Amino acid sequence: MVIGSGPVVIGQAAEFDYSGVQACKVLLEEGYEVVLVNSNPATIMTDPEFATRTYVEPLLPGPVAQIIEKERPDALLPTLGGQTALNLAMDLSADGTLEKYGVELIGANREAIIRGEDREVFRQVMNDAGIRIPWSITVESVEQACKELDEGDASLPAIIRPAFTMGGQGGGIAETREELEQVVAKGIAASPIGQVLVEESVIGWGEFELEVMRDRNDNVVIICSIENVDPMGVHTGDSITVAPAQSLTDPVYQSLRDIAIAVIREVGVETGGSNVQFAVNPADGEIVVIEMNPRVSRSSALASKATGFPIAKMAAKLAVGYALEEIPNDITRATPASFEPTIDYVVTKIPRFAFEKFPGADEKLSTYMQSVGEVMSIGRTFRESFAKALDSRELDSRPEVPETDEALLEAIATPTPGRIDLVLAAFDRGLSVEQVHEQTKIDPWFLRELALLASEGDGTGGLERIYNSVDTCAAEFEAATPYYYSSHEPEGSPSEIRRGEKPSVVILGAGPNRIGQGIEFDYCCVHAAMTARECGRDAVMVNCNPETVSTDYDTSDRLYFEPLTMDHVLAVCEQEKPEGVIVMFGGQTPLKLAEGLKEAGIPLLGTPVEAIDAAEDRGKFGALIDRLGIKPPPYGTALSAAEAEEIAAGIGYPLLVRPSFVLGGRAMEICYSNEDLKAYLDRHVKASPEHPLLLDRFLENAIEVDVDALCDGEEVFVAGIMQHVEEAGVHSGDSACVIPPMSIGQEMIDEIKAATSAIALELGVVGLINIQYAVAAGELYVIEANPRASRTVPFVSKAIGIPLAKVATRIMLGQKIADQNLPEFTGDHVSVKEAVLPFSRFQGADSVLGPEMKSTGEVIGIGPDFPTAFGKAQAAAGVALPEAGTVFISVTDTDKAAATQLAAQLHDLGFSILATGGTAQAISRMGTPVEAIKKIAEGSPHVVDMIEERRCDLVINTPTGSGARADGYEIRSAAIRHGIPSVTTLTGASAAVRAMSARANGSSEVKSLQELHGS
Amino acid sequence: MSKTQPGYVLLEDGSRFDGLLCGSLEGGVGEVVFNTAMTGYQEAVTDPSYAGQIITFTYPMIGNYGVSDRAMESGRAHARGVIMREARNHADAATAEGGWLDWLEANGVWAITGVNTRALVRHIRDRGAMRGGIFPASTGVDEARATIEAEPSMAGSDFASQVTPEAPIEHDGKGPHVVALDTGIKASIVNQFLERDCRVTLLPCQTPAGEVMGRDPDLLFLANGPGDPAAVEAVTATVRELIGRKPMVGICLGHQLLSRAVGLETFKLPFGHRGSNHPVKDLETGVIEITSQNHGFAVVGPDGGGTIENDEPVRWQTDHGEAVLSHINLYDRTVEGLRLPEARAMTVQHHPEAGPGPRDARHLFDRFLDLAKEG
Repeated sequence: MVIGSGPVVIGQAAEFDYSGVQACKVLLEEGYEVVLVNSNPATIMTDPEFATRTYVEPLLPGPVAQIIEKERPDALLPTLGGQTALNLAMDLSADGTLEKYGVELIGANREAIIRGEDREVFRQVMNDAGIRIPWSITVESVEQACKELDEGDASLPAIIRPAFTMGGQGGGIAETREELEQVVAKGIAASPIGQVLVEESVIGWGEFELEVMRDRNDNVVIICSIENVDPMGVHTGDSITVAPAQSLTDPVYQSLRDIAIAVIREVGVETGGSNVQFAVNPADGEIVVIEMNPRVSRSSALASKATGFPIAKMAAKLAVGYALEEIPNDITRATPASFEPTIDYVVTKIPRFAFEKFPGADEKLSTYMQSVGEVMSIGRTFRESFAKALDSRELDSRPEVPETDEALLEAIATPTPGRIDLVLAAFDRGLSVEQVHEQTKIDPWFLRELALLASEGDGTGGLERIYNSVDTCAAEFEAATPYYYSSHEPEGSPSEIRRGEKPSVVILGAGPNRIGQGIEFDYCCVHAAMTARECGRDAVMVNCNPETVSTDYDTSDRLYFEPLTMDHVLAVCEQEKPEGVIVMFGGQTPLKLAEGLKEAGIPLLGTPVEAIDAAEDRGKFGALIDRLGIKPPPYGTALSAAEAEEIAAGIGYPLLVRPSFVLGGRAMEICYSNEDLKAYLDRHVKASPEHPLLLDRFLENAIEVDVDALCDGEEVFVAGIMQHVEEAGVHSGDSACVIPPMSIGQEMIDEIKAATSAIALELGVVGLINIQYAVAAGELYVIEANPRASRTVPFVSKAIGIPLAKVATRIMLGQKIADQNLPEFTGDHVSVKEAVLPFSRFQGADSVLGPEMKSTGEVIGIGPDFPTAFGKAQAAAGVALPEAGTVFISVTDTDKAAATQLAAQLHDLGFSILATGGTAQAISRMGTPVEAIKKIAEGSPHVVDMIEERRCDLVINTPTGSGARADGYEIRSAAIRHGIPSVTTLTGASAAVRAMSARANGSSEVKSLQELHGS
Repeated sequence: MSKTQPGYVLLEDGSRFDGLLCGSLEGGVGEVVFNTAMTGYQEAVTDPSYAGQIITFTYPMIGNYGVSDRAMESGRAHARGVIMREARNHADAATAEGGWLDWLEANGVWAITGVNTRALVRHIRDRGAMRGGIFPASTGVDEARATIEAEPSMAGSDFASQVTPEAPIEHDGKGPHVVALDTGIKASIVNQFLERDCRVTLLPCQTPAGEVMGRDPDLLFLANGPGDPAAVEAVTATVRELIGRKPMVGICLGHQLLSRAVGLETFKLPFGHRGSNHPVKDLETGVIEITSQNHGFAVVGPDGGGTIENDEPVRWQTDHGEAVLSHINLYDRTVEGLRLPEARAMTVQHHPEAGPGPRDARHLFDRFLDLAKEG
């Protein structure tokens, strides 16, 4: 059994799909039956072909124990699914499930996991081994922390790390006593065992990581060293990092190496990969070990892509008994894996953030991770590599550079997402390395290089672009694996591309993960590559995201690890002379390049560029659906602020307002009045001819429907009709949705199918199309059409058992729908997709859902009926719906009638009800017992006090319009701080109550995808 | 960066790689080899084993952490030149006592940067290490070629006598007395013995056997060093006289000399082993160690081939009883170490002292001293 990492969340993302896929492939090849559990439908690893049995069930002890009971696996490999898998394996071990069914833990045993993960035990082990780690004290209460401070056993500044959380969630730095109290309280709440470590601050020291592998013969090798540009104090996931380490002398590097080897042995990881983090005092080279992860990690995915050494694949082989020397190096094939990669280039990783999505959130980077994705680049020199990484970020905007030198220096003292741009700006302005070092504590080595980058550019002037291989051995041996990067060398330098005779298909990836463009698109790109190969073409992948399956060199025939910019993509096309380029699967990133590629004479596969334009241009699209007799909600396009107000008056409020050409609902808002609209126009880009503003009538209480369909130009296959659980107005990426639709009649479904067919054919779609509809008062409205792969493609594929992206690729390569024997979906199961939200990561940001997408990932729940499937999806998303206890309800007036019904149902299920003022009155009037509680304005003890005391187990709180936001904000923030599930829409609440009621009636059986889809 | 001027690397087969001269700008010729380590540039250049050679560093950023006295493997630079992709003169590291390019210049090491070192390395990998030189752009290719032709080939070259000390060097210690024939010993080797409380005497490699024995050694040590082992027959003859009289240990060139002394052959590897990542299996323990390597020649296997097929302690019949394979290189399966029980001798081809490189095999010095204790 292999456990995945579940939904993409901050700190645990696509890298575990990459490692999981590698592991599953290896185990199948070795002849094992693989039982996979992962709740994330957007992963390649949950494709049925990567396991014998694939369960998309919640990663919780209950469901997984049920699967173990059914499948009786011999062993459990817990080290490839991140912290989630490791914690789950520990739970299953602790509750006796593994022992009961005779399941052996492989890779890392229970003791090793505890030694690596439990900070107190880890400290003991390191002390016993004579390895220096920062002083630290385990604390289980704020009082205890203060006492240690008073007694001198602790000092400030100190770092607070909660036990058993991933990505440092809930931790932070305390420089004052007050901060210590706050951060310790937060950390204890975040830790599943209520324990935090208060530890010596080594802020400002250099931060390094070593990726280590050990086999059953106790042979240990270092795969890669990584140096953080941002010194200690910024979580390594949020730091810009470089491989290999640049500033270390050989003796210091060898000391790190020796310590890393000692750590993996002391912790007792029997086989597989681990990562060891170090802080090195720049003044005297003093080394301390910060932590180790006894499993494959984000850093190991990066190290794999950086060196070409596939850590997860090797870890899986080691776990089933191979020794390193028995495994050939994948890339040279002639030498064994028992070696240490050496590289002849520089790798840069830059994280990608999403603070713009969370107004009010503090952009300061700290010891808990806040980035949502990352880019990696390879160049022959530091500057070339770094400049490529900066390009790869694909930022919409750069930070504003303060006007005075003083203000600029002040700004760079705080680590923020934009600091690196400010540092470059500082050098551009002539500030010195010493001045910048004083503020940032970034190692002068990096600063000198960055200063050179600012003054002289990336050093490629006068040189020629060529392609080199990533070969693990600095060219000492011939590389067999076609993994390439571009670099600049003197004229006449040879390129290493080995292009065969087959026609090639270039697939452009999605670039860095971000909110609105995540792993779903990588899934589609991987499917495109697999299909292109099946169709006799060489699949060529271009991408710069190190976390993904698409950038595994096994995925394609040739991998170009390059920024997705016009310049780099054209250069690849120049090499490849492809049959065609696929831009439809990587989200907006490749789509933005489509027009330019076409102009450069590069053939594009699938839906023509004109169709994309016809769908995105409001005027053209409006005319098109008008021809087809399909109606949109009333809308208009404004080219100025004045025009916006004028149009708004004509359409009427409420209005949905957004700039054109955006993904994931950036800057999209609902305006209920002219005042709202004015405020919006003030806050966001002014409407202008270059930046048109779109205004749509917002259909209140409408049901929103998402459709994914395939079209070959002649025929349309409507693959999935998804009904949103949340009402219209919540971004489709954040809304739960269900297949098949639950409350739409057959007549309306037929109408949706007909409309979808008509639009796809009229646009001239060749491949995938996604159309969003709203159903209001029995009428169908088209909201928008996107003639490309949508975020829901993997979910629909798994719900109906047809791999849509593969079918679409075949269509793009000339096959017809009629040739592919696509079965009509007849399954009687219900599939629910639920979004996973990152609010707990962003202090200060409101957690309310709206038209701007905020979720980082998704889960799927499959069951025989909607309540069961919805309940599973909630559980998988980490929303632990309570089985008993107290529910707090506070809703707006329009929701009061429905809320009283819910209260009655909850009462029948045995819950106590708490409510404020009006809501309490309404509930009480219907005869349901309710305890009234004060609003914040009414003074303590009020609703937030109640949440702070954790007196309730579920919060139902709906905000609307512009009123009463402040209370709601405080309530939701408090709920998030204390990990209390909170539902912000009434339909969501209603579904939750139905799920709680279904669960009270007993749990359902678990079924694998293979069973559901009869394969 | 300090002074630069356009220049190029020319190999004896006519291949040319352009760059910028830096460090000492004059230029000159030698055997062009490559080293794949990512750290330890100063250690490499001061390792006497690189005498007569020009080192191509595969890692592109060289000079990152400056230079320091502690990184000196001998009293001066021995490599004739260095070829780099992106040389640096930074001296910000806490240990840095100066910049790398300044140091190269002060030590008369020719240097060139901006070279497509990867293309150069692939060329050497495919065609073998060969003679070549670093030249200013103003030097014509014909002239450069003639200079290269005039340089003797590495096969048959005796560099050991150029790097050996003129007089004995003694280091005090309370423990066993290690007497070394110094064919260019690295400071790290001496330090490993000193750390184990040894008394160490380094003798000029021409020292006659009788004089060596007159030093009353507990352990005879055959050092690393440059050049072709076949070209230092005089030292081999001394070793032949000494073998069996006291426990004897050899590293790198010392391993090759001892092998030759007992009648085994050596051969030139196509492009040598130079780096910090070669896996070597210790056949006595089964443990794989990542090793520091720097050699262009190797010992021929018992069946007359350059490689050994299985991970087994194969045996040679030698003039001093059996030689047993103790270490094997897992990269190319060449001989990495021998044990000669009758002669009370053991040798390794790689560098267990590290400096630069991994320290996995440092424990071998304990094994060396155990041999000395057995007497």
